[in-house]
Amino acid sequence: MARIEFDRIAHSYYPDPQQPSDYALKEIDTTWEDGGAYALLGPSGCGKTTLLNVISGLLKPSKGRVLYDGVDVTALPPEKRNIAQVFQFPVLYDTMTVFENLAFPLKNRGFNKTDTDRRVREVAEMLDLTDVLHKKAAGLSADAKQKISLGRGLVRSDVAAVLFDEPLTVIDPHLKWHLRRKLKEIHEQLKLTLIYVTHDQVEALTFADRVILMNNGEIYQIGTPQELFENPKHKFVGYFIGSPGMNFLPCTLEGQNARVDGATIALDPETAARGAEAGGVLELGIRPMHLQVYAEAVDGGIPVALKAVDDQGAFKILTAAFNGHTLRARIPEGHPVPENNAWLKFPPERTKLFADERLVK
Amino acid sequence: MDKWEDNRAWYLVLPVFVVVAFSAIIPLMTVVNYSIQDIFGPGNAVFVGTEWFKEMLTDHRLHDALGRQFVFSGLVLLIEIPLGILIALAMPKKGWAASASLVTIAIPLLIPWNVIGTIWIIFTRPDIGLFGVGINSLDILTVPFDHTARPVYAWITLMAMEVWHWTPLVALLCYAGLRAIPEAYYQAARIDGASKWSVFLYIQLPKMRGVLTIAVLLRWMDSFLIYAEPFALTGGGPGNSTTFLSIYLVKLATGQFDLGPAAAFSLIYFLIVLLFSFIFYQALLNVGKGDSAS
Amino acid sequence: MKIRKRSWALIFYFVLLLVPIYWMLNMSLRSNADILSNFSLYPANLTFENYLKVFTDPTWYSGYINAMIYVSLNTVMSLAFALPAAYAFSRFKFLGDGQMFFWLLTNRMAPPAVFLLPYFQLYSTFNLIDTHIAVALAHCLFNVPLAVWILEGFMSGVPKEIDETAFIDGYSFPRFFFVLFLPLIRAGVGVTAFFCFMFSWVELLFARTLTVTEAKPIVATMTRTISATGLDWGLLAANGILTIVPGALVIWFVRNHLAKGFALGRV
Repeated sequence: MARIEFDRIAHSYYPDPQQPSDYALKEIDTTWEDGGAYALLGPSGCGKTTLLNVISGLLKPSKGRVLYDGVDVTALPPEKRNIAQVFQFPVLYDTMTVFENLAFPLKNRGFNKTDTDRRVREVAEMLDLTDVLHKKAAGLSADAKQKISLGRGLVRSDVAAVLFDEPLTVIDPHLKWHLRRKLKEIHEQLKLTLIYVTHDQVEALTFADRVILMNNGEIYQIGTPQELFENPKHKFVGYFIGSPGMNFLPCTLEGQNARVDGATIALDPETAARGAEAGGVLELGIRPMHLQVYAEAVDGGIPVALKAVDDQGAFKILTAAFNGHTLRARIPEGHPVPENNAWLKFPPERTKLFADERLVK
Repeated sequence: MDKWEDNRAWYLVLPVFVVVAFSAIIPLMTVVNYSIQDIFGPGNAVFVGTEWFKEMLTDHRLHDALGRQFVFSGLVLLIEIPLGILIALAMPKKGWAASASLVTIAIPLLIPWNVIGTIWIIFTRPDIGLFGVGINSLDILTVPFDHTARPVYAWITLMAMEVWHWTPLVALLCYAGLRAIPEAYYQAARIDGASKWSVFLYIQLPKMRGVLTIAVLLRWMDSFLIYAEPFALTGGGPGNSTTFLSIYLVKLATGQFDLGPAAAFSLIYFLIVLLFSFIFYQALLNVGKGDSAS
Repeated sequence: MKIRKRSWALIFYFVLLLVPIYWMLNMSLRSNADILSNFSLYPANLTFENYLKVFTDPTWYSGYINAMIYVSLNTVMSLAFALPAAYAFSRFKFLGDGQMFFWLLTNRMAPPAVFLLPYFQLYSTFNLIDTHIAVALAHCLFNVPLAVWILEGFMSGVPKEIDETAFIDGYSFPRFFFVLFLPLIRAGVGVTAFFCFMFSWVELLFARTLTVTEAKPIVATMTRTISATGLDWGLLAANGILTIVPGALVIWFVRNHLAKGFALGRV
């Protein structure tokens, strides 16, 4: 168990980086608390795996230091850092049995037979692998293999952190929830620091205590899933989190209201005041589930033309157009769906204002 | 891997089956046909059943040739497989050095086999060849080196030529196999604290099982059937010391005997290669499989 | 650049490998009389007469052209037939799959001489003697099984889950195969292409039997270097050097595929 810190870490895959776009990881300064479950979320190519490899030591960063419990480990290779990593596809020693696979890290560290045996059985018990200990690892199913990969990391009781690089990619969809739950159990039992990389926000939001959202090598926001959902600090966060993501409309301020192409939308007084202070390019943001949909004109609402209705079972997604802008609203099952036109109301307490893409608070 | 069960997969295999069957079955039928007849001329043949087979199987010169053949092929496998693996492990993974290495080791494979035999004749001649002159100048042999002087010299030259020529095949296959191992395995091994030897034994070698099977089978078959290179180099001599099976077969076929015995010999030849190929195949397929006792 | 022990060993091996080649080059730049009478580490009386003969005499250089034609034909055909079959063997269980797979390789287990007469009769019947396609097709006998075997091995190294994920994501089979799958087995395709090229290029018996003049390849023409005065060593050596060139080009072209190997991209 360890507390991991990044001190001004930046990384470029080029030997001589000139401008910011040469960097896969732009300067990052952050801390992972001991025993926390973190999700590194972001679209493909955003730098999550690079960041993970800097944590594990598989990659030495171009700049900055990595600290484990205050000790500078930047120069240490992975085997000296006591971390465990689970990859996107099961990585096992095919010719060994499950037992031998789990025992391998201990054997390499010189543990004696009795200790190894005891520890392997403990971990196998935790992961429901006791029945297959004597079987060749190669013949098992993908989810069992991933558990073995995880197990190899857990056998070392002094393991600092367990890192996951999109581990559920090759798992059958109906087995994913089972593994996710197992991971949560392990976390609660062992109180290990877990860092989980994924591009699937559902995975991230259900697994983690805190989510780190990344794009283009930068961290956009760190917070609980709740915080990211309700108070996205950046337009990108609002857009990425949520399915569908946040709606954005360019607007101008008029007193306590926002004006979008002639329509007036009421704002929270504080938000409006701060928006006026901030200045810059202003945008209105609201989540589809917060938009109120009416079939007839309503006070404070804006008229929209309905383009499409997507029935998703428990709720429906309405796609509407307002003066060339696209808006999406989410209404629960059973809520009446208007015919061609509708009116959308923006509850002021849910309407966010963004200045130069940053949240105005 | 858990395969999908579907007989419609035959459609994917059909083109291959047609091309190969068309090329193979007709000749096979012809050979079997000839092997059981005594052919005096076109349209003039007598059925003799297994007479040719009995004659071939009791031919002591065939036994000798067979023995030499096994020794040769055995040496080929023992030297070329480990050497090929070592070369593949040593070759660079990327960059210009990798390209240069690939082109270099490919060179011996591209020269027509009769040319190789002929060039090595000159190469090993004690008067005008580098190898011959070189060895003799070291002055360590009682009888001056000449690849036709003594059987052991002939064998040494033959083995040198053979290893020089064909080890690159093994190396190329192993190299491709090694490159196909995902980086994640090496990363996991580092994290597990594995030694270089463990990485070789538990990751590289198992993952090369596919290419090694092909390498072993190919070298086994091609060395057992070898003709042009030894024939060009030694003609089967001195005496009979390097007369391998196919050289003996051709000697027979172009000698007094006719198609019948030659056909029977060919079938026996084929069956020996087949039998051992099958044994190698099964062995390599199953090495490292199966559960251990609890 | 640190040169480690294993690199030195490799360089040593390469030097040993290239010595006979150098000797062949040496011979190619000398006249026959010179080769047979003097031992010389380098061509003292350098002459290009051997190479000149090849480049100016149509019976010689057409040999290279003919060989390139049927070898390229064969490589493309072998790959085209083998790829779907290898995929089938790798991903599917079907009636007779194990037997069929081994049977393919048995076609390389017979002494080639056995096939000569039947092939000659067969191709005569179809009026295909002395055509490039005849040799290309005949070489499929041993190249197609090899291609299937090598490709299957590499395909089986790619987890089936990748196929499944792609199909779930809506990829059609052709799109999956060419856009996703082939890049993952590029090392296998590279080595297969090279081996098909190589085995077809050096094959002598079929190439000589099935051709007369129009499609006669260089391997056959080279056997004609025996004349009244003995073997034309210099000419043979020059051709030996020249035959290396096309194959070297092939491996140069596939080098990146060989070195890339398996890269699990984000699907």
